Amino acid sequence: MATTTADTTGTAPALGQPNKAMQRSGAWARRAPLLPALVFTIVMTQLPFLATLVISFMNWNAYYPDERGFTGFDNFARVVTDTNTRSAVIVTILLTVSVVLVSLVLGLCIALLLDRKFVGRGAVRTLMITPFLIVPVAAALLWKHALYNPEYGLFNGLLKAVFGADAPQPDWITNNPLIAIIAALVWQWTPFMMLILLAGLQSRPLDVVEAARIDGASSWQIFTNMTLPHLRQYIELSALLGAIYVVQNFDHVFTITSGGLGTANLPYFIYQTFYTAQDYGRASAAGVVVVIGTIIIATAALRTVFSLFKEEQR
Amino acid sequence: MSTAANPETTATPTGTARRSGTVPGSGPTQEYTHAKPPRGAALLSLLAWVIGLLFALPVLWMILTSFHKETDAAKNPPDLFAPLSLDGYKSFFDAGPWPPLLNSITASVISTALVLLLAFPAAYALSIRPVKKWTDVLFFFLSTKMLPIVAGILPLYLFAQKVHLLDNIWWLILLYTAMNLPIAVWMLRSFLAEVPVDMLEAASVDGASLTRTLRSIVAPVVMPGIAAAALICFIFSWNELLLARVLTGTRAGTAPVFLTGFVTSQGLFLAKVCAASFVVSIPVLAAGFAAQDKLVQGLSMGAVK
Repeated sequence: MATTTADTTGTAPALGQPNKAMQRSGAWARRAPLLPALVFTIVMTQLPFLATLVISFMNWNAYYPDERGFTGFDNFARVVTDTNTRSAVIVTILLTVSVVLVSLVLGLCIALLLDRKFVGRGAVRTLMITPFLIVPVAAALLWKHALYNPEYGLFNGLLKAVFGADAPQPDWITNNPLIAIIAALVWQWTPFMMLILLAGLQSRPLDVVEAARIDGASSWQIFTNMTLPHLRQYIELSALLGAIYVVQNFDHVFTITSGGLGTANLPYFIYQTFYTAQDYGRASAAGVVVVIGTIIIATAALRTVFSLFKEEQR
Repeated sequence: MSTAANPETTATPTGTARRSGTVPGSGPTQEYTHAKPPRGAALLSLLAWVIGLLFALPVLWMILTSFHKETDAAKNPPDLFAPLSLDGYKSFFDAGPWPPLLNSITASVISTALVLLLAFPAAYALSIRPVKKWTDVLFFFLSTKMLPIVAGILPLYLFAQKVHLLDNIWWLILLYTAMNLPIAVWMLRSFLAEVPVDMLEAASVDGASLTRTLRSIVAPVVMPGIAAAALICFIFSWNELLLARVLTGTRAGTAPVFLTGFVTSQGLFLAKVCAASFVVSIPVLAAGFAAQDKLVQGLSMGAVK
């Protein structure tokens, strides 16, 4: 006993050095598996954005390479004053807000319908997620040509089938270009909302709901006082994740209207400014604007994910 | 129905107080989620079926149209029972879709493999043997997913131009890997968190090496997670358009890029477009239905199970 104690105290100072080294190498052994992914992510996602930030302060148009140089906030001033950019900002907000709101409400109603036992529930769920599993470009082409087309699209075809030969045959995209894009996006994003909200509904503690029912609470009371508060986080999560994806939408705008008829959103505007007009400085400034907008949504999104995450850890 | 009840207190007291009043008065219209009268329940089930069919209708219409002749596909009002034909598929496959389809397969499969290769060890270091501040690292990964692609696309283009990587499928593969890595890290971490840690400790006492531990204890438990993450990453890579459109051309163009350039000719093309859209979507439909149960977890980046 005495010898062991003496031993440990005797060797402690001697061990001190390697101990620390071992601890350090232990920490590095823990970090090692993480590093490739972390370094790769930083290089591939953070460096390009830093470059965008630098270019946003430059006067750089590939058509006029001699005029390249720093211009301070000129690009941002142009982004703020230019009507096209302002319209792109407004379109982006309109598109994102309406798509997220409509698909969220629809998704919630459908999730409530599917949160019941009935014949073929699995089949209906499968039917419901089908729109989400069509490649976005293909979905946009499908809506543009097979549904919206005024001459042979399904919508006008149904109108003629129901109301006869002199049924109205509207040109859906030309009449309401933004609504046409919104409808096509809602069709693809409702299943996404529905899936997350259904998962939320099914994680509800049913025994408490049963108890409330036995106590005589009506279904509406249960819905507003128990289901909705429980679903709040899931609603937030699906809205915010949906917003993050829809803000970035390029495929539908590109395919359905090619940004025409006043439907160019910021991603399309940036694509056009840099790819067609080759105005690198202005495209980068608009990119920085998108990031600032996204950060606002993303901070909220991260907070929601974090609270769900904390709940799960408990 | 009275809505004056204070939400804070409804849970039991108001509910009990109302017992006598609410139960007899609750008609089928009030039954929102659990309709007890069989008639209301049947109506709600019917409604669910109708809505499900409405949402699937455009896809079903696309598939039906793809099997019609161009002249029948362009009929108005539509002719549901027109003779079936493979002409749409024939003209799609005559347009040379194989190089872009192969590019899409290459980009999606290789980037998914790279993602798993990088994400699995990272997820391990964020769950089983966590590094310090592992939640910060985890949330850093998630935040990169929220950075819009347009915000970095110009430097990615300029860099590729400088080092001659434009129209090179490997550049796209690297970018898809970066795009999907955060999702995979999150998903795999949530699976790894369920690995029994005492089993790992037993293994390390027995002197098993890290790779052996990973292979024989961790992998079997998380195989379903790996499969789900792989399917989700595959779907996202397969669907991607913006990067492919900007960074590739005739050589490395992917299937979505091919689709955007598909409708240029005049004349009837609806059956052809529907056939093309359906063929290009088949891998996603297959992967999505296969991963149906894990789809939610993947889409919410592991936040919802």
